[in-house]
Amino acid sequence: MKIRAQIGMVLNLDKCIGCHTCSVTCKNVWTSRDGVEYAWFNNVETKPGIGYPKEWENQNKWNGGWVRRADGKLEPRQGGKLKILANIFANPNLPAIDEYYEPFTYDYEHLQNAPRMQTPPTARPVSVLTGKKMDKIEWGPNWEDDLGGEFAQRAKDALFEGIQKEMYSTFENTFMMYLPRLCEHCLNPTCVASCPSGSIYKREDDGIVLIDQDKCRGWRMCISGCPYKKIYYNWTSGKAEKCIFCYPRIEAGQPTVCSETCVGRIRYLGVLLYDADKIEHAASVADPKDLYESQLKVFLDPNAPEVIAEAKKQGIPDAWITAAQKSPVYKMAMEWKVAFPLHPEYRTLPMVWYIPPLSPIQSAMENGLIGEHGIIPSVKDLRIPIQYLANLLTAGKEEPVIKALETMVAMRRYMRKKSVDKVVDPNTLKGTHLNPAQVEDMYQVMAIANYEDRFVIPSSHKEMVENAFEDKASCGFTFGNGCSDGHSNESLFGRKKATPIVFHDMRRDRARQAGE
Amino acid sequence: MDTLHQFLFGIYPYIALSVFLLGSLIRFEREQYSWKSESSQLLHRGSLRLGSMLFHIGVLGLFFGHAVGLLTPVAVWDALGVSHSFKQVFAMTAGGVMGTLCLLGLLMLLSRRLGNARLAANTTWRDTLVLGWLLVTVLAGLSTIFVSAQHLDGHEMVLLMSWAQHIVTLRGDAASFITDASPVFKLHLFLGMSLFVIFPFTRLVHVWSGFAAVGYLGRAWQLVRPRR
Repeated sequence: MKIRAQIGMVLNLDKCIGCHTCSVTCKNVWTSRDGVEYAWFNNVETKPGIGYPKEWENQNKWNGGWVRRADGKLEPRQGGKLKILANIFANPNLPAIDEYYEPFTYDYEHLQNAPRMQTPPTARPVSVLTGKKMDKIEWGPNWEDDLGGEFAQRAKDALFEGIQKEMYSTFENTFMMYLPRLCEHCLNPTCVASCPSGSIYKREDDGIVLIDQDKCRGWRMCISGCPYKKIYYNWTSGKAEKCIFCYPRIEAGQPTVCSETCVGRIRYLGVLLYDADKIEHAASVADPKDLYESQLKVFLDPNAPEVIAEAKKQGIPDAWITAAQKSPVYKMAMEWKVAFPLHPEYRTLPMVWYIPPLSPIQSAMENGLIGEHGIIPSVKDLRIPIQYLANLLTAGKEEPVIKALETMVAMRRYMRKKSVDKVVDPNTLKGTHLNPAQVEDMYQVMAIANYEDRFVIPSSHKEMVENAFEDKASCGFTFGNGCSDGHSNESLFGRKKATPIVFHDMRRDRARQAGE
Repeated sequence: MDTLHQFLFGIYPYIALSVFLLGSLIRFEREQYSWKSESSQLLHRGSLRLGSMLFHIGVLGLFFGHAVGLLTPVAVWDALGVSHSFKQVFAMTAGGVMGTLCLLGLLMLLSRRLGNARLAANTTWRDTLVLGWLLVTVLAGLSTIFVSAQHLDGHEMVLLMSWAQHIVTLRGDAASFITDASPVFKLHLFLGMSLFVIFPFTRLVHVWSGFAAVGYLGRAWQLVRPRR
């Protein structure tokens, strides 16, 4: 048994209001730079929809994730090592930037500089790629927001597999949900496996997957390897970049920026202990529908005495074991079984999990159209097809999703009775695997969602591996040598490339103005 | 033998090799963030797949062909029973095929790069220099085939081999072997050596990493880094 710890995340889709605050705060902190203006480490998609980049879930098209070979071994869907090396000169599975969108800004200056004219001046869009005016913006990071566009377009959504989707094209039957997405920091990441220069790695202590920017050579195999398309090519630096799970914050015991700023309080962060020796077996079970359960078997019970003893022996700090016992992620995934991995069929064993939305339809029920179980609708009456959620979270297996939704409905039934009728009625929990104490804990964590219940993050104990005093007064993150800000002009080995027009880099803009 | 000839073919090779090795080392050590292939595939695919495949297959073929053909001692060929004349014709044929693949690829890559607005806006003078220099080098190399075709006895080829072998074994008289070589050969030699000079200062450094990537074949799928 090789015990490792990872900070996992759970997103409660039942409470996501699709406000994009997570995406915007993430962008402001991490990707407001040249070359990654098109990249969103965190983005929120409206489902059904083809998503960002277009049709990322269609692995017949993009060949991301793993496949199980006839001999039971896994290999990346894009090919074995020889094939990956053979494709190094031109990657056949790499999405072009238009699959994301052509980054643009607007000619705001024209609003002030326009000569006297009969009609008001307009700020036309300008492509960041060419610096030239664009005729029309054809696609954006969030083009399908709130079911924008026609049904025929979003019907290409891969999650409709096995569903008679035509009936959902009518206005009366339409449904929608939000899906915030970020790097899954997988236990079995295909990006790491696909990198010929070995620049991507998983951190042993907290499971965060990072790209060594110095070692990355821009072979771009990780981008096609990742089935979630959460690695981006910085087209000015020539390096791959990805969500870093805000590791400087996590190391200090703080939540990621996306979690911290979530207004719906839908995000949870907590420690999971897992057995690294079981990863390969768990990812290679024959039937994709068993992958959700096989991943659960990788996780270890942080309350079991033998696990605690072994974890201590292997050097897991006490604070991490305590945090694992209080972890909201462990409770949701393992105890209450309401959270699920995103697309387990990719065999990556993702570590960002999702609670499916209940999507109640109160008005239809009030009109007597549906509902037999009092005020709270039954799971079968929900607006989103169960199969659709199962295609997203359990490789198409419906039972676990139904069970989770029923547990969530039961919690509401129980708490409604308790707070409205002032009666504690264990009968309301019939058909679930939970007792009243567990349900009240669940209510506390999922409905009230206090800050300290959502984020249980032990700090990283850096003092154990380095002398932090020596970091005093050192420089922070740079893109140059040492403390250089990477903005030096022409050097022997070339200058830092910039976009053709000034977009993000206000400092450059000011320097230019000062020079004029 | 005049001074210019001695400089170009007796001393310049060492300057080129020193710049190539030391420059690569310093860039790797000091500016590794700038060490990359600088792929432009994301911005525009166009004819990249065919062009880049043709170019790389051609240029790798030429690299290994030159290395084996120039640096294997004449005695080895003699011992293997390969006649000079046969070796010359073989080299002309293989070099011609690989050079043509490389040339076609280069032309496709150049037209892709200059013909697309997105790529043109993001192309630096160093990118153009690399493609342009490779182009003239390959063109000069292909032109040598017509010179060689006029005398198939392998004599001039052996002189060129001697020059290369005397250079890499640090013997001072290397330049004297090719005093009477055709100007086309001399031009090709100069352009080829200069490629090593521009190498550390351009995206060409990714060639080192390309060869290093072969180590990927023997690596475990997953990489986990401990903290220390």
